[in-house]
Amino acid sequence: MLDHPNHPSETFSGDRGLDQEEPLLFEIGRADVTGVDIDEPEPFTPRLGALERTAPIGLPGLSEPETMRHYVRLSRKNYSIDAGLYPLGSCTMKHNSRLAEKMARLEGFANIHPLQPQATARGALALMEELSRFLLELTNMSAVALSPKAGAHGELCGLMTIEAALRARGQAQTRRTVLIPQSAHGTNPASAALLGFTVRAIPAGEDGIVHADAVAAALGPDVAAIMLTNPNTCGLFEREVVEIARLVHESGGYFYCDGANFNAIAGVARPGDMGVDAMHLNLHKTFSTPHGGGGPGAGPVVLSARLAPFAPVPFLLRDGDSLRLVEHAEGTQSFGRLTAFHGQMGMFVRALSYLLSHGGDGVAQASRDAVLAANYLRARLRDVMTQPFGDRLCMHEVLFDDAFLKGTGVTTLDFAKAMIDEGYHPMTVYFPLVVHGAMLIEPTESESKRSLDRFVATLRALAESAQRGETERFAEAPRHAPRRRPDETAAARRPVLRWGSRQ
Amino acid sequence: MRYLPLTEDDRAQMREAIGVPTAEALYADVPKDVLLTRPLDLPRGRGEMEVERHLAALARNNVAASRSFLGAGAYRHHIPASVDHLIQRSEFLTSYTPYQPEISQGTLQVLFEFQTQVAALTGMEIANASMYDGSTACAEAALMAHRVTKRRKAVLSGGLHPHYAEVVRTLSRFAGDEVDTLAPDVFAREDITAQIDDDVSCVIVQTPDVFGNLRDLSPIARACHAKGALLVAVVTEAVSLGLVTPPGDFGADIVVGEGQSLGNPLSFGGPYVGLFATKQEHLRQMPGRLCGETVDADGRRSFVLTLSAREQHIRRDKATSNICTNSGLCALAFSIHLTLLGEAGLRRLARANHASAVRLAERLARVHGVEVLNETFFNEFTLRVSSDAARLVERLAERGVLAGVPVSRLLPGAGLDDLLLVTSTEVATNEDHEAFIAALEGAL
Repeated sequence: MLDHPNHPSETFSGDRGLDQEEPLLFEIGRADVTGVDIDEPEPFTPRLGALERTAPIGLPGLSEPETMRHYVRLSRKNYSIDAGLYPLGSCTMKHNSRLAEKMARLEGFANIHPLQPQATARGALALMEELSRFLLELTNMSAVALSPKAGAHGELCGLMTIEAALRARGQAQTRRTVLIPQSAHGTNPASAALLGFTVRAIPAGEDGIVHADAVAAALGPDVAAIMLTNPNTCGLFEREVVEIARLVHESGGYFYCDGANFNAIAGVARPGDMGVDAMHLNLHKTFSTPHGGGGPGAGPVVLSARLAPFAPVPFLLRDGDSLRLVEHAEGTQSFGRLTAFHGQMGMFVRALSYLLSHGGDGVAQASRDAVLAANYLRARLRDVMTQPFGDRLCMHEVLFDDAFLKGTGVTTLDFAKAMIDEGYHPMTVYFPLVVHGAMLIEPTESESKRSLDRFVATLRALAESAQRGETERFAEAPRHAPRRRPDETAAARRPVLRWGSRQ
Repeated sequence: MRYLPLTEDDRAQMREAIGVPTAEALYADVPKDVLLTRPLDLPRGRGEMEVERHLAALARNNVAASRSFLGAGAYRHHIPASVDHLIQRSEFLTSYTPYQPEISQGTLQVLFEFQTQVAALTGMEIANASMYDGSTACAEAALMAHRVTKRRKAVLSGGLHPHYAEVVRTLSRFAGDEVDTLAPDVFAREDITAQIDDDVSCVIVQTPDVFGNLRDLSPIARACHAKGALLVAVVTEAVSLGLVTPPGDFGADIVVGEGQSLGNPLSFGGPYVGLFATKQEHLRQMPGRLCGETVDADGRRSFVLTLSAREQHIRRDKATSNICTNSGLCALAFSIHLTLLGEAGLRRLARANHASAVRLAERLARVHGVEVLNETFFNEFTLRVSSDAARLVERLAERGVLAGVPVSRLLPGAGLDDLLLVTSTEVATNEDHEAFIAALEGAL
């Protein structure tokens, strides 16, 4: 109670057993404390000109034990996939192996410099080539650009490649429209707009998928590309994808596939066979590199033969026995450089570690299990929760809407927060935007049947509780979490983004 | 398959509950002719021991930095053991973007502390929750300057890291913006202020610059502001900010940087952590995620992601940027390392870096056929050598010394083939310096 007068606890300290509070670093650290022993250098004559920093910086320090405790206590206020089911649709929270972490920390990967002579980094280049071979075989595409640093960065890369190809055809000025389904991730329209394209939205049918006739109606000589997510954000496979690709190609446009949901079909069907020209692969989703509380990601882009020449630098070039990175665009058709250095090498090691562990057979089995698990949840919950597009097969994620909460006084958000009290991370809510009160659940292949059954029992109990009108449980949720619901409006109205800035 | 918990029996029971006869039936929506009918041409899954063996063999084919003097935007520093231990705690490592603040206060408080540390370090008012890396942050800064000034031309200093300049040019070319890049500026003598006219949205200057020179940015800031342009300052070596006047004190409007030096390994170029700081007045034009303070339903201090009305998941094609991630775990490593250092430790670390580089520069200046070009520098400087620097580096690599970055690696065809960028940090010992000198004398 001493530190936190509003904390509804009965203890003097404010902590409650294992539930421990932690002040801000700036409240417990001191400028003269350090947890790193560094010797003062021998006297020398500085070469800083007149640019030495003299005023205090304002950086508190903690000793090593204090640092450990600060961050361990903070860590305990986070949910994680290693602690429980994390059913975030569209985000894919699957098991992250510690083998991958161990491999990324090998001295020969962690401690190599991006600009050391290429002859001293042959293992790194070989690893990039081996990862590329996996990605190309899984997608049946011609080339891969490894440098994009995240999925949305991959979208930029793919669209730049498409624009460079159009430029080579003399159509970069005339083809300025990108077709994007209304249900797409927000990054798709944002990426297109960033490059000066006009976005034309494509509606989905009543059945939640994009139909070839809707695409045909939107196509014209101004269209550069379509960006289609497949499987889509409603958890459905775009059944007319082959026909859509044919129409787009016939009209002179390119087919960009948002590969965020590739983990539903990896090893089962290949985008190259569907007519895809460019697709990013979220290594952190499909190939299980950890999300790290929001990143880093990695978004390599696979390209069809006709887009391959325009890929960004650096790219790998094999000439017989020798493998080298081409780092400069001059003398090539490459559209240029997307980022300093060669991409997320640390993520490449982790993704390859995952792929080698699974092998081709395991990747396919993982996809089938992910789809099986999502459909199992659908089948076990369809009588208590509602689906926006009727009861039909889904891919690796299952979409419910809020119709089953109608008249109960319980909102989608309330329902999600009540899951926290039950020990689960909420599912993705209010996305995709095209479905009212959307609840998108992705169990992944990492869950055992027992785990899925427990989850089903909890969701059924919550749905029935809501339908019985037990609104208090939901309005009050979460009660068993490090914090109750925060005031997000206040946070946005008067932003306090750093310590000491509140007036 | 150790990562897959379902047994064949489980699968059969689950299929029965769903009402499908086979695993294939779940893919009924996929057109038959695109379903793969043969196994992938990939190896079968391997056990943990075999995977370790395979990757370790690849790792052994790389020369890890031990006697290494490479920099140019990526720096070798000592990382305290506790940093790596803490970032591997699963509550940090295997958690997602903190969209559910009630059970993500750990990550959110870390981001709030990170934002405060970055603002203090750069001398700015506010910072975001990190970007992909320094180079992409730099390109985003140009776009932000366009939004703020409603102009679309960026002027890039010839002391800007060539990769950063290329990234800005790539994005700008596609976005339809204009970029003027000044000639390589080895001695920091360019007059960038002469390039600022009424169309210029921002001037982008690096300090220390890619050749290692430190520069006083205040005259450039004044010239920018007189013409209504913004000054974007780039820092590729975050440790320098422990010893050198930060860009904010010179009047920079946006400071972007690479945070790899604190807590993050070299890792052949990524993942790294982009720093992005600016003035309060530009808050709503900032790209990237922001964490803010608020209170929860019980009145307790809480943290949330905020101002998402700028972001793509709400604004779609009207968003300030398409970025929907940050370098969360790398930012955490940065923040932990900086917490361990504190102000006293960071200053000492920075002095150790400067001392090491000064000492090496003094030794190198005495080598026949070598000239140190810089008057000022932090932990990196430029040598002119009496032969082709790239070939020299290859010869030294054979002698176990990674001697530096030849400028021709970054700027091929610029006629700077005799220049070598050399870095010395706190990890380089006197013995390393002597080995470098001996190898250099032998090779020249």
